[in-house]
Amino acid sequence: MSLSHPIPDRLQSPLARRLKSWESLLLLVAVAIFVANCFASPYFLDAWNLSDATFNFTEKAMIAFAMALLVIAGDIDLSVASIIALCSTAMGAAVQAGVGTPGLVAIGLGTGLAAGAFNGALVTRLALPSIVVTIGTMSLYRGIAYIVLGDQAYRGYPDSFAFFGQGYVFWVVSFEFVMFALLAVVFGVLLHKTNFGRSVFAIGNNATGALFSGIRVQRVRFILFLLTGLMSGIAAICLTSRLGSTRPSIAMGWELEIVTMVVLGGVSILGGAGSIPGVVIAAFVMGLVTFGLGLLNVPGIVMSIVIGALLIGVIALPRLWSMLRWGA
Amino acid sequence: MLMQTDTRADTRPDPAVMARPTPVLALDGITKTFPGVRALSNVTLKLYAGEVTALVGENGAGKSTVVKTLTGIYQPSAGRILLDGKEIRFASAQAAADAGITAIHQETVLFDELSVAENIFLGHAPRGRFGLIDWAQTHARAREILQGIGSDLAPTARLRDLGIASKHMVAIARALSIDARVVIMDEPTAALSHKEIHELYELVDTLKAQGKAILFISHKFDEIFRIADNYTVFRDGQFIGDGRIEDTDNDALVQMMVGREVAHVFPKRSPSHGDDVLSVTDYSHPTEFEDISFSLKQGEILGFYGLVGAGRSEVMQSLFGITRPSGGAIRIDGAAQQIRSPAEAIAAGIVYVPEDRGHQGAITALPIFQNVTLPSLGRTSRRGFLRLAEEFALARQYCERLELRAASLDTELGTLSGGNQQKVVIAKWLATQPRVIILDEPTKGIDIGSKAAVHDFMAELAAQGLAVIMVSSEIPEVLGMSDRIIVMREGRMAAELSGDEMTPETLVRHAAGITQALTETRT
Repeated sequence: MSLSHPIPDRLQSPLARRLKSWESLLLLVAVAIFVANCFASPYFLDAWNLSDATFNFTEKAMIAFAMALLVIAGDIDLSVASIIALCSTAMGAAVQAGVGTPGLVAIGLGTGLAAGAFNGALVTRLALPSIVVTIGTMSLYRGIAYIVLGDQAYRGYPDSFAFFGQGYVFWVVSFEFVMFALLAVVFGVLLHKTNFGRSVFAIGNNATGALFSGIRVQRVRFILFLLTGLMSGIAAICLTSRLGSTRPSIAMGWELEIVTMVVLGGVSILGGAGSIPGVVIAAFVMGLVTFGLGLLNVPGIVMSIVIGALLIGVIALPRLWSMLRWGA
Repeated sequence: MLMQTDTRADTRPDPAVMARPTPVLALDGITKTFPGVRALSNVTLKLYAGEVTALVGENGAGKSTVVKTLTGIYQPSAGRILLDGKEIRFASAQAAADAGITAIHQETVLFDELSVAENIFLGHAPRGRFGLIDWAQTHARAREILQGIGSDLAPTARLRDLGIASKHMVAIARALSIDARVVIMDEPTAALSHKEIHELYELVDTLKAQGKAILFISHKFDEIFRIADNYTVFRDGQFIGDGRIEDTDNDALVQMMVGREVAHVFPKRSPSHGDDVLSVTDYSHPTEFEDISFSLKQGEILGFYGLVGAGRSEVMQSLFGITRPSGGAIRIDGAAQQIRSPAEAIAAGIVYVPEDRGHQGAITALPIFQNVTLPSLGRTSRRGFLRLAEEFALARQYCERLELRAASLDTELGTLSGGNQQKVVIAKWLATQPRVIILDEPTKGIDIGSKAAVHDFMAELAAQGLAVIMVSSEIPEVLGMSDRIIVMREGRMAAELSGDEMTPETLVRHAAGITQALTETRT
């Protein structure tokens, strides 16, 4: 017996699928906010202003890329902002000991990796739920920073260290923005074009099924925690360099903004679905909104209300749309 | 009433049928349509007091739609439901329950942290003063119901402390806790062991004696002929025929089900085998199994038979690297292998098609082609980077070999029927080019047509030199497909049978641990 009709690869072209995707909707939102900002403030459409605006999201977005993979795989890391505090404190202490810029970078990255490895080991070796583990390490890592620093601050970073957070590569293009773009490509390729990315999706959809298909589930999950720690270390270097000092309250509350960015980018909080382009657009949306409101002198507390409303609004939009179409 | 002895009445209105009482519950010309699909088309079904009616049909024949219509979950698009001959509408599941219709599902939702009695009466416990639950009466009635179905479970026992069989009894007791006149059993024996199935049959007899009308849905012909009084056959949502079970036979029913003459013949196979591929010696696990030793040749099909809980799946999952053994050795082609993870098992050439397809076997939310290539990504990619064209090519090659039916290769796997999902899981493993394939209950819950296809395919794989291990609880399947059979009991090998030793009696006897005569049943 042979099949009369061979099975086609796809019924829908990848382009058609992309046009109907979450990312397209989000891109429309981003454009709308951009246009609204142009009308709202005469200062908005200025190259240097726009360049400044990117600092609102570049550091958070770097972590959001790794967090997106982690959430797609069905885990979460709420300790990322505390890892920044830990890394920054470690670098600050090193500065007091006279360590130079290359050493500081190594210490920042190394501390991030170590913190991520500790999270990953607790989650995969002891089989603990990642949300509980990282709520614990969130307090732990931040607590270490407070014990070391108290109400003091580390200053005196070398001049060459300032480049990571304050340097420009070309005209208005900052080093941070280049890092952001580069990491977006790296994580986009990692998630969407490699075997590793495929196993991330498989684990997020059905970890048992992935294990039974020969995926090394625990190893992949551990690597994702490592990556998130590493990205937190990179963000810590950029942020510390930009601020020029370390206080224990550095990056306080960022974990929720990062998770918001990830979810706004279309990553399923239940795992199994999401994309890096979505997170990139979500980063722009959040950056544009906060910067636009900043130009209008809107206070910070109102800004967080707007971000919250935006998140709920954008997420409810497709649901409302289908209710209007099918309901009535 | 005396009838003619030899010559069957050929005239259509059989006097015996004419004289039958009014059915307790009847479906008359029921049609149920969903957008784009006609699930039931003008079907008839009659259930009589004190009798068992078997509803038979392949997957997709409309059996579950009938159950949902009878229990008030679906409203029919057209037609009448008659209760004692009077038309009735079930506006909700509660209305059907109030009318005395209850269903025992394969997977009734139970609550581990509650007691047996609480599970039985959840939502409708007897109330005392002030509307509080009357615990004395709740426990007394729970005990009464349990005794009625031959169970001596304590109503106060916590459900989490019970075994699977006892939980099943609680599910049945829960279904019977409403004053049921009609009991629907939807594949009640699918998850049960031999002994438990026997107890279920006794329960059905008890319910019959109490005058309840029973609708029995099953894929297993032997049990249909064992317990049913009447049969009704559906095919593709249509009523095909009904009658008394004694007036029909296996072949006639199968023919009605599939609409063509199908003799389920197991494929003929050559008895010659190649060299030893897999040898397992003294394989043990601290709690699940002990001293398992066997070898397997190229082209051989080795059957594993036993009761549920005998440790067969546990042995297989350990060979596949899911659980670590405490001792023993595995050799493949004579070379000792360490298998500590499924990835290592696959690399060594051992693959496993699990019984639990939705949870373990497949990732239903991913597209078909990604499911197929998941364990073979090393071959379809270059330096860790995906190559979609190669993935599609590999998936197409194996899906077409298994005659998969799907709209496209990037269709979500979960949208396919059970039989087609199973084909994708098998395609996934064949794409890894294994030496040994382990199939755990490969035809459980799939229709007769797909079953035969899986059997033919297993024979073909063996003929091509693959070594096959098949875990099965279906005696005809084990006997029909295997070259040799290992029977397991309580985690140990009870017997290794070949040739003339392979009979239904020897299988059952070794599986149940009966050393004397078969008639002596253990309790």
